[in-house]
Amino acid sequence: MSAHDEERIKDLLRQALPPIEPEPTAGLEPRVDLWPAVLRRLDSRPAAMPWFDWTLAAGLIAFFAVFPASIPLLLYYL
Amino acid sequence: MSSWPSGVLVPVADPLDRFRQGDVDAFEELFRLHQRAVYGWILRIVRNPTVAEDLTVEAFWRIYKARARFEPARGFEPWARCIATRAALDWLRARRPESELTEETMAMQTTGAPADPGVTAEIRSKTAQAFARLPPRLRVAAVLSVVEDRPHKEVAEALGISVTAVKLRVFRALRLLRKDLERQGIKP
Repeated sequence: MSAHDEERIKDLLRQALPPIEPEPTAGLEPRVDLWPAVLRRLDSRPAAMPWFDWTLAAGLIAFFAVFPASIPLLLYYL
Repeated sequence: MSSWPSGVLVPVADPLDRFRQGDVDAFEELFRLHQRAVYGWILRIVRNPTVAEDLTVEAFWRIYKARARFEPARGFEPWARCIATRAALDWLRARRPESELTEETMAMQTTGAPADPGVTAEIRSKTAQAFARLPPRLRVAAVLSVVEDRPHKEVAEALGISVTAVKLRVFRALRLLRKDLERQGIKP
């Protein structure tokens, strides 16, 4: 790609996605106070692992305990 | 240092130190000081105010969680920008390209600098869509460097890569964009 082509594509891109200019009065800032949302996020507990994930994990452990020879096979395909 | 009624100067820990120790008040202080910069940075990447607000919350949550790894010598804002960029990249990766051009996003894209009369609205729209199909890591480098005209060094720090890697990503983004447009019959 020549330098001319590169400049042309850059111009086209700037036409398609004009730079985001701050508002003259407000500047670039959120429309609402985000601090309460940050606090809620900090207070939220991490999502618990769903019961079916626990069941699946327990099933896999049981399967590998009964058929340990399948472990290398699984590792091969991973 | 703060002055007590008796006039005795009592050392007060720096907000950055208190933040590292998990002090939420110090964190709020830093949030109030830097939220506009972080929001503006994210908005420039995702180009959607609602998404940028959500990602600003996400970024500050990640910042608080990662406080133990913060190095004061590096400065809070570049570090926050780096985490914000990662949050925005994760969002871009999780979205299908077509779903990113929402009405709100398109409205932001039609405002701004006056359009070149030689470039039709259709070409601009196809260019925006072709750009949305590029791999997210290339898009972020291109939008920040080319569209927003941010210094390569700043973009490199935010992406955690070298300046050369930024230039390479921009070059690859432009080359892929040209190919996509040519496939659509648009000769840039």
